Order: sequence, then structure tokens, then C-alpha cells
Amino acid sequence: MAAQVEDVSAPVVHHETAVRAGQLRLRLGHLPLHLVVVGITAVWLIPLLGLLVSSFRPTPAVLSTGWWHSFALPGDYTIDNYREVLDRNSMLLSLFNSLAIVVPATLLTVVLSSAAAYALACMQFKFRSGVLLLIVTLLIVPVQITLVPLLRVFNSLDLTGSFLGLWLVHLGYGLPFAVYLLHNFFAALPRELFEAAEMDGASRSQVFFAIVLPISRPALASLAIFEFVWTWNDLLTALIFLGGFREVAPMTVAVSQLVASRGNGWEVLTSAAMLSMVVPMAVFLAMQKQFVRGMLAGFAKG
Amino acid sequence: MIADRISLVVIAVVVTLVVAFGYLRLGDRALALLPLAWNRRLLPWLFVAPAAAMLGLTLVFPAILTVVFSFFDAEGSAFVGFANYSETLSDSVTQIALRNTVMWVLLLPALAVLVGLTIAVLAERVAYGGLVKAALFLPIAISAVAAGVIWTFMYDYQPPIAEQTGTVNALITLIPGTDPVAWIINEATNNYALIAATLWTQAGFAMVIFAAALRSIPEELHEAARLDGASEWKLFRHVTFPALVPTVVVVATTMTVIALKAFDIVYVMTNGSYGTDVLSTVMYRELFTAKDNGVAGAVATILMVAVIPIMIFNVRQFRRGKES
Repeated sequence: MAAQVEDVSAPVVHHETAVRAGQLRLRLGHLPLHLVVVGITAVWLIPLLGLLVSSFRPTPAVLSTGWWHSFALPGDYTIDNYREVLDRNSMLLSLFNSLAIVVPATLLTVVLSSAAAYALACMQFKFRSGVLLLIVTLLIVPVQITLVPLLRVFNSLDLTGSFLGLWLVHLGYGLPFAVYLLHNFFAALPRELFEAAEMDGASRSQVFFAIVLPISRPALASLAIFEFVWTWNDLLTALIFLGGFREVAPMTVAVSQLVASRGNGWEVLTSAAMLSMVVPMAVFLAMQKQFVRGMLAGFAKG
Repeated sequence: MIADRISLVVIAVVVTLVVAFGYLRLGDRALALLPLAWNRRLLPWLFVAPAAAMLGLTLVFPAILTVVFSFFDAEGSAFVGFANYSETLSDSVTQIALRNTVMWVLLLPALAVLVGLTIAVLAERVAYGGLVKAALFLPIAISAVAAGVIWTFMYDYQPPIAEQTGTVNALITLIPGTDPVAWIINEATNNYALIAATLWTQAGFAMVIFAAALRSIPEELHEAARLDGASEWKLFRHVTFPALVPTVVVVATTMTVIALKAFDIVYVMTNGSYGTDVLSTVMYRELFTAKDNGVAGAVATILMVAVIPIMIFNVRQFRRGKES
């Protein structure tokens, strides 16, 4: 802000007084600005801090005092909560269940959507715009509308509780957004890139694997992160199609089961919630740029 | 067990990649044997068909079947007309859920736009803007389940004589004469408490979209208005905001859909007790506790009908985007 004001005032000298007055008004009006910004920041950070601190506090302390009391010296912290939740509640298995659900589901979504988006963006065929419109429509279908018949099919095929079934459901639910995002990206690629290769006799699939996919790595990465975080954080689908079996439960289901049996107490719940956040948070922080880019390409286009 | 999971992931990844590559390369080669006209017609479907089939199997046909089920009885054997609808709509549980869903749909988009826009605009004006944006951004990666745990903990209630362990109640009891509030149980506050927890996870999304839209407004517009002596507020009101209206629409519709689908956070924090049901939690109970496919289908169809206006709007926007 200040830099912009200076840029303007340098060449246009006679406007300087107006700019000065503006700056003064700004400075006088700064207090409410800071109050609002600091207030919102606090509301967003304190819950996270509270969870983090509580997850390292011993049980009696969590039950009797607020987490901020632990800052009184000497600090009384422990990793027992994590040890307990990993041992007794087999949270480690849930962590790997989550990975076993999320990694294949994400890969399947990226593979199927990139092939479809390539054809929709770069080939002419009958029903092309029909398929695109269907995808735009399906973008916001509430998945709830599909649960009753899908669950019936799962029960009759004995797919309930299997990872394969859940992969397919996540794949189907993820496809509209995935195809839409990649279609936007592929449609913006310069045509000359593949036309030259096709002139030289390359087949469509060769162009797809050798040209389209390599240059689309940023878009594919954005999509993969999105699907990864969404699928990891999903509760409803896992709850319904895994049938509540503990040995296949992903982290979200395991944590929600801990909540339901409140007898476990807060201390286990906080460390379990922290553990369930570690992987998506790490992926998200490591690849923020791609995440934001995917978000803008997928939503802001409107 | 853990070793099983790891090998499952490895096998699934390898099989997916090999099958996908083989399918497209061999399929392409097989279609090349056909006459050119047929090849032209069928080749796009080689690429589109797997995705289209999955969309049909997991979304389109199940959606149609759900609507059909909603006109049949619990087992799907006898046609009952609109009986499921009248049954569920006259049930006080569904009525409360409908009221709450309306509340979610009104409040969540409005608050997400308000907070997201406020931070996107104001973060540019303070030296610690990066920290503020990061604070809103972090919860995007947090599941509604974890957010539910976090906020149950924040809203924790102890009787007035005891020490408050929940952050919110500890803060409000600092004010002399104020009693702690059982935020999640008290029916006057609990729906707002759940919506606020959801806002906490979603506001960062709104902020990112608004921040990008703000960057795309030409700086000359602002400079010109500033030189004319416009105040910061007038600048926002007459220059910035009008340019952001399309973005407000995008964020508001996305949040409306999130509000309509709300399930996880309610399931974790209250499981629909104390008058906090939403349509999704009612449907979940019909499906699993009551095992009534007819009524569950009717509730899902009501949810679907609520989304249709947004769907039509999106399709229109998409068509307009194509033409321009």
C-alpha cells in the first residue's frame, strides 16, 4: 500500500498533498483495522493451538483445567496420549487404511479424468458438449442422492467393507470436478503443440502420453492434491460403504468412533485428531502453490 | 495388517498405471485398423468411455433410482406415491432439519463471503498480512471430523461453579456476572455453533478466491480514484466491490452447496441431537437406523431439488463462458 502511494506521488508532484491527507486519514483509521485483523487471526489460530497443546497434556490436567494453564511453569507435558492412541486404539492401522483408500482413489481419478478431459478438450465428436454439460451439472450433485441404490448394489455384490468398492465410489464422486478442472486446462493449451506431432503420424494416445501429460504436470499435481485432501477428509462415504468395520476404518471414521464412545476422554481424542490431520496438512503445506492454482482453475472460472 | 495395506497400495498403483497405458495404446492401435470415418467417430470414446461409465454407474443411475425409490415403500416393493414425502415432511424431525438446513444455507455463504472478503482486502493493508492469510488457510486441509473435535473442545461447558476448560466459556466468564453457556446443547446457540465451526474450515477457501480476484482488478482504477481524493471506504464501495460481484456469486454458490450437503460436522459434534439435525443426518438415520429406503430416498430427493436452481445457474454460466 505505502509503496503504491509513493509510486504515484513521485512523478505527479502536484497531487502530493492529496496523497498526504489520504495517508493521515489511513493512519488515524488504523486501530479498528488492526483490531479486526488480529481478532480474526486469533479466532482462526487459537483453536488449532488449543488442540495441539491439549494433545500433549496429561489426562488429569486436561480434565480439570483449560489448556492455557499448561503455560504456567514448569510445563507439564507428555507424549502418553499419542502412545495410547497408537497402541490401544490401533490408530496406526487407520492411518494406513486411509492411505490404502486415498492413494489408489486419487490415482484412478487423475488417470480416468485426464483421458476424458483430453478427448473433451481436443477432439470433435458427437455428444461432446452434451457430456460437458452433464459434467458441469454433476459438479454439485449432493452425493447423498446416490447412497441408497449404491449401498444396495454394494450389499448384493458383497462389496461393503472392501477398499475396491470405496475406490470406485470415490472415483465416481471425484470425476466431475477432475474432468472439469483438466478440461479447462487442456482447452487452453496451444493446439500447434499436438497438431505438429499428429502431422508426423503420431497417434492420439502417443500425443496424450508424450505431449499432453508431461506439459500438464502442474494441473495434474493440483488435481491430485485436491483429490488427496478431499478423500482423506471424507467421512460420509467411508462410513456408509465400509460398514463401520474397525479393521478397515480410515482415520476420519476412527476418530468419529472415538467421539461417539466419549468414555475415552478428551486426551485421546485430541491426539487422535492431531494424528488424522498430519498427513493432509503436510501434503497441503508442501504443495500450497499447486493447491491454490487448482482451486482458482476449478472454481474461480465460474 | 499394515504390510498388507502397503502392498495393496503398491499393487493398485502399478495395476492402474499398466492397465490405463495398455488400454489406451492398444485401443488406439485396434481402432486404427478401422476405416477412417469409424476411427474418427470411435476414438474420442476410447478416452471418454471409462470416465463416462463411472459417472453413469456412481452418479447418474443411482440418482435416478433414488428418485424412483422415493415413491416406493421401505423395501422398494410397493408403489406408494407421495406417501414417503408426506410422511417425512409431517415428521417434526424433518421439519427441524429443514429449518436448520435453511439456516445453514442463509448463514454459511453470507459469513464466508464476509470473512473471506474482509481478510482478502485487509490483509493487504497490514504488515503481518501473510500470517493472517496463513491462519485462515490452514483449516482448509482439516477434515470436518477433526474440526468437530477441535470445536467441541472449544465449546466445552462446565457448571458455573467449576473451572471452565472450554476456551469460549473461559473467555466469556471473564466478564463479571456472565454464566458459561452450554453452546452445543443449548438449542438457542447450538446451530450457530455448528455453522461457526464449519465457517472456520471454509473461510480460507473464500479468502483465496477473493485474493486472486482482487489481484486481477487493474491497479490504475484504484490509483485514479485515490488521486481524486476518494476515501478508502468509497474506493472499496464504488471500485473494488463492483468488480468482485462475480466472485461473490462463485463463493456464495459454492458455500450454499456445502451448506446443503453439511453432514460430517453435525454427525461428529451432536449427531443431530438437541435440534441440530440437517437433511443429511436425517437421511443417514433413515438409511441405517430405520432402514427405510423409501423415506431416505425422499429426503435425498428433497436435497437434490434444493440444488437444482444452482445447477441451472452453473450450466448457464458455463454456456456463457463457452460463447465468449
